[in-house]
Amino acid sequence: MTTTIRPTEDTSTHKPEGTAHVPRKSDASAMVRHTLTLTWRSLVKLKKQSEQLIDLTLQPILFLVMFVYLFGGAIEGSTHDYLQFVLPGVLVQTVVFASVGTGVGLCTDMSTGVFDRFRSLPISRIAPLTGTVLGDVLRFLVAVASVFVFGTIIGFRFQTNVFAVAAAVGLVMLFAFAFCWVVALLGVTMKQPRSVQGVSFLMMFPLTFGSNLFAKTSTMPGWLQAWVKVNPITAVTNASRGLLTGGPVAHHATVAVIWAFALMVVFIPLTLRQYNRRV
Amino acid sequence: MPDAIAVEALHKRYGDVQALDGLDLTVEQGAVMGLLGPNGAGKTTVVRILATLLRPDSGSVRVCGVDALREPERVRPLIGLTGQYAAVDEKLTGFENLRMLARLARRGRTESRDRADELLAEFGLADAAGRLVRTYSGGMRRRLDLAAGLIARPEVIFLDEPTTGLDPRSRTAIWKVVADLSAAGTTVLLTTQYLEEADRLAHTVVVVDHGTVIGRGTPQELKDRVGGERLEVRLQDAGQYERAERVIRGVVGDGPCSHDDEGRISVAVAGGAMLMPELARELHAAQVVVADLAVRRPTLDDAFFALTEPGEGSISGADPAPAPPEAEHVTAVTAGRTDQR
Repeated sequence: MTTTIRPTEDTSTHKPEGTAHVPRKSDASAMVRHTLTLTWRSLVKLKKQSEQLIDLTLQPILFLVMFVYLFGGAIEGSTHDYLQFVLPGVLVQTVVFASVGTGVGLCTDMSTGVFDRFRSLPISRIAPLTGTVLGDVLRFLVAVASVFVFGTIIGFRFQTNVFAVAAAVGLVMLFAFAFCWVVALLGVTMKQPRSVQGVSFLMMFPLTFGSNLFAKTSTMPGWLQAWVKVNPITAVTNASRGLLTGGPVAHHATVAVIWAFALMVVFIPLTLRQYNRRV
Repeated sequence: MPDAIAVEALHKRYGDVQALDGLDLTVEQGAVMGLLGPNGAGKTTVVRILATLLRPDSGSVRVCGVDALREPERVRPLIGLTGQYAAVDEKLTGFENLRMLARLARRGRTESRDRADELLAEFGLADAAGRLVRTYSGGMRRRLDLAAGLIARPEVIFLDEPTTGLDPRSRTAIWKVVADLSAAGTTVLLTTQYLEEADRLAHTVVVVDHGTVIGRGTPQELKDRVGGERLEVRLQDAGQYERAERVIRGVVGDGPCSHDDEGRISVAVAGGAMLMPELARELHAAQVVVADLAVRRPTLDDAFFALTEPGEGSISGADPAPAPPEAEHVTAVTAGRTDQR
């Protein structure tokens, strides 16, 4: 059989043969471009969905108010001291919670057929995934800003310098990016967006509350301390604390970065495999 | 010129279900092919394989001469897909959807914007371009989905049940688009449950059941296979059967004739509509009281039923649920008029 590919670029009725725009497999720049286009998609949606924005900004505010004023006095003896303690943790918790949206979004895109359309186009196979995750990580910046602005209003004071604060944001973002892939795996595996949400939250609670995010590890019973000490959220929270309010950083940050890369090494291939398999 | 679509011996199994069982299919360049079959026959599976979304267990697939299994990335620029469920992003506007897809199809910034505008205008969506797709009606959404499938000016477009659930007006609009596409040289593979749709649009029809092709040909060929025209007379009084048959024989000649106890007489004829005035007159003269007089020609429904009938490789209980067979009722008064189809 002779192979004749007709061009797709040409708009005229007469179509010369052999000039088809055929993408090469290793078209890295196209992959980046497609990822950016799909990142744009996430951001446009964020702009349009006010409920999502409200959710992102309001949730950290609620957590700060609740913990600082409700439990702060009891835990730390002073709401101000507790605010200094808990804000770096709320920062971590906020982005981890927000990552649930990534999985729900992916699952929705797969179940509605939006991804089928993308995959029938001559675009990089993983661009829909990377675009979604990247868009979400940018989305998390909104939540981070909300934590910092509201925290400052109710009396939080940064006790380090600008670079340390930037490093804290960078570290939390890196971890959020890594953690997104865990939720993304649920998103591309499960059939119902609602079940993705349910399972994600089941996973979030022991991870966030079962850390030293809200209380010092030394106040907990031994069995819980054992869990808290191995929990990656504890490492990220410790590093975030050190970078925002002073204290040891190097060890905690190293552990947090190792965790982030470990999550990526395990969950990115798993998610990709599942994504390519499920059709 | 190679066939636009050439599929051979396609097999695909999902667990216990043999979705495709040695399916063959070819579509000429520029033709409209209608893929018909009951629910679960394997239509969508074929489309997904052709659109490089799914790999078959075995078989070969060529789109415009390119091996879709070995080089799917070379097939994707050639094809457009419009899914059974509108695969557009609800949370973007119509314009944003199309521009994004044009960007993904490697068009430049300006070109993408122009292409989006052009398609929105072409599909009567220009006024709704800036509205979120969430607010679109079913028909608008389907039109946008079709536009999305055409964004990269594909050589071959797959339409998976493009009019399912649409009102008649929207359906007619989609039909017009398909006819225009075909006229412009685009190859169209259309799956549908509506036989009327296939009859109207398709140059050739393939009937699929249980993952294999059970009939193929032009809509007319499929209908002819079921049999030619029949003249049907229903008597007010079944007791007048013998007298009526004599009259009918006198007018239409000695075709195979059958009758039932309810006074229904059916006789094979050629050019039945032209015989109607005379027959009506003769029956009236013989004082036979006629309740109904009609020429019935086989529809694609009849062909479909005949092909998917239990005992011809089909499992009973399959539910094609098509529209009721249509008969052309012609009263004696209007009998001289040749019918439209």
